[in-house]
Amino acid sequence: MTTVSTTRQELDYAGSERLTMNMGPQHPSAHGVFRAILQLEGETVVGVDAVIGYLHRCHEKLAETLTYAQYPSIASKTDYVAAMTSEFAYVMAAETIGKIEVPKRAQYLRVITSELQRVASHLLWLGTWCLDMGGALGGGATIFLYCIREREDILDLFESLVGARLLYGFYQVGGVRYDIPDGWAAKCRETVDLIDQRINEYQRMLEENPFFLVRTQGVGVISRDLAEDVGISGPLLRGSGVAFDLRRAAPYSSYEDFEFKIPVETAGDCFARYRVRMVEFRESLAIVRQALDKLPDGPISSRPGLKSVAQTRIPKGETYARVEGARGEVGCYLIADGSAKPYRMKWRGASFSNLAVLPHVIPGHKVADVVAIMGSVDPVFGEVDR
Amino acid sequence: MSSATVSADEARALIAERFSGSQVEGTSPMVVTVAPDAWLPFAAFAKETLGCRFFSFLSATDWKDEGLEVVAKVDNADTNLSLLVKSRLGAGVTTCASLVPVYRGADWMERECYDMFGIRFEGHPDLRRILLQDDWVGHPLLKSYAVDTPYPPYR
Amino acid sequence: MAIKGPVPQIPVPVWRNFKDLQEWETHHQKRPEGDQHSAAFDTVTEGIHSFPGGFLVTTVADNFFNWARKSSVWPVTFGLACCAIEMMATFASRFDVERLGMVPWASPRHSDLMIVSGTVTIKMAPMLTRIYDQMPDPKWAVSMGSCANSGGPFRHGYHVVKGVDRVIPVDVYVPGCPPPPESLLNGLLLLQDQIAHFRRTGKRAEPNPKVD
Repeated sequence: MTTVSTTRQELDYAGSERLTMNMGPQHPSAHGVFRAILQLEGETVVGVDAVIGYLHRCHEKLAETLTYAQYPSIASKTDYVAAMTSEFAYVMAAETIGKIEVPKRAQYLRVITSELQRVASHLLWLGTWCLDMGGALGGGATIFLYCIREREDILDLFESLVGARLLYGFYQVGGVRYDIPDGWAAKCRETVDLIDQRINEYQRMLEENPFFLVRTQGVGVISRDLAEDVGISGPLLRGSGVAFDLRRAAPYSSYEDFEFKIPVETAGDCFARYRVRMVEFRESLAIVRQALDKLPDGPISSRPGLKSVAQTRIPKGETYARVEGARGEVGCYLIADGSAKPYRMKWRGASFSNLAVLPHVIPGHKVADVVAIMGSVDPVFGEVDR
Repeated sequence: MSSATVSADEARALIAERFSGSQVEGTSPMVVTVAPDAWLPFAAFAKETLGCRFFSFLSATDWKDEGLEVVAKVDNADTNLSLLVKSRLGAGVTTCASLVPVYRGADWMERECYDMFGIRFEGHPDLRRILLQDDWVGHPLLKSYAVDTPYPPYR
Repeated sequence: MAIKGPVPQIPVPVWRNFKDLQEWETHHQKRPEGDQHSAAFDTVTEGIHSFPGGFLVTTVADNFFNWARKSSVWPVTFGLACCAIEMMATFASRFDVERLGMVPWASPRHSDLMIVSGTVTIKMAPMLTRIYDQMPDPKWAVSMGSCANSGGPFRHGYHVVKGVDRVIPVDVYVPGCPPPPESLLNGLLLLQDQIAHFRRTGKRAEPNPKVD
């Protein structure tokens, strides 16, 4: 029964509030160049058209013109937040086809750097996600500045190891390029302990905050069926109930020597993905500690002296090598034809598949949730657009 | 559920039985070469019978005179069965069946294949360019396209 | 006795490839008309300057306005690719830019500086021009990283613009891939020196090779 109000006009809103809003390639969400054309019905999103390609840098075509020694440092620029995992996929593909053996010490160094990259990437994710949800001048900047501060410690470690902070040319076909300097292992252990402690603080800070819980619980639910069908991987897949981690399922580079847990949550919402990443932090730090303890001596590359102008020929063959990156399965489908350059190289970017889930998940949510969902999906546009 | 526990050998046997014209080699990934008209039936078979519900990627290769080849990778997340399915379309052929009815993830992957190679996927709900502009001329990853093609006034 | 190591003989740089330089000369955007001012402002300034002794007033005004402008340059957050991560690190607390007065601001209508950090692609170039046009004068542009300077490692790609200076006029080029925050801060301080050279409250100075 409706009562007629004498002070207010009741308007009929059904279907007449359709609006197309552009969340353009430049927006303060700090995720990169992504354009989402949102169809809104009032405040609710009813359709999303994701336009990508603003960072298409022709990686696949350029790889056909660069040798196996020149390309790894360009490969870093796909997933530029966790650059070493991208190099890893390419180098592993070349080594698999060429049946090139990687010495044990190099494998352990690869594991240490991959896990440190995962921690650095998750720190940036946490910082920018909270920045998006909280506002740049408001509370969001708190976690952002704290996380960047920890990330700087890890980047200092990389700078003393490789010489570069963000994009490296550390991996080469046959091993790694540099060995750890004196005192690096001790500094690494210190940093790892410090980060472990600080993550506990951030977790408490966030989980005791009712706004954070309201904004993330129940938002952006990705069902298990949708997750596998679209091909999302990494923390998104594990947050939707599928216990699939390449480090456990198809171990590469001595990951079978380490003990670590694979976190799985069944809720499938933003909060579940956040919990998965928080556990991944701690597990990665544990792997780094184990690897530093067990680091064997030996050569760091089975092809030493390989500099950027040297040529390494990989015989004819093809393979698909995949790596568990910070965002999921980063893969490189490589077809080699016996010369120094690949015939065809395809990047399977984790963020490309992860982003493909947005048109299926966002409709039904409010505009404010779009930012929270996008942040929990954690796209890096170097991988999406390649 | 029986399809969730199909192992590599059982998969090989099932594929040989249903798709007798295909070649299977390797174990990880298991490379299966099928004829172009078996592309969509094989994908449906992989999803239902072999339990490969995880769609990894779909792409293509340009083998110059021999034509294009589409390749797709599907995994069974529970048993680590990983299939790399390939199909040579034949010289001069640029159409292929779309996998979107079977795997929703094929949507963006096929748009990228169309963008880069010019392969038209029949049955795709919304086939348009994804990485390049809508009015771009040419399909870059074909071997006949030069990497440093000029585009005035920007390059 | 101290042993002296070999002194590296760094060869004098000689342009071996004039084609790239000529290409840059032809294609890079210049700022021919200068910044836009209101006509009234120009009239008043010229009037004061031509008055005998007026140069004292304009010099003092120059110094004041230049100090105010350079101490409060607000960059529009325009992160495109990997350099954006280093730009965010520069904006964070270790390599603070807020101590220089730079507050990163999302809206181009309220900002002075565009730090183009990352590769400019053909699809993105019109958006970049649109954002640059929305910024009010006087505005500056810093090209951060080798992709923005010249196309970088992706120069030969079919979808990459060979440097953002083909799209907008650039004031400072910061090399690196990506430039670490120290380099970007160096570039921003050089930009502040350039701003300090404005004369008659608004006319850009010619680049001074000793300083710029």
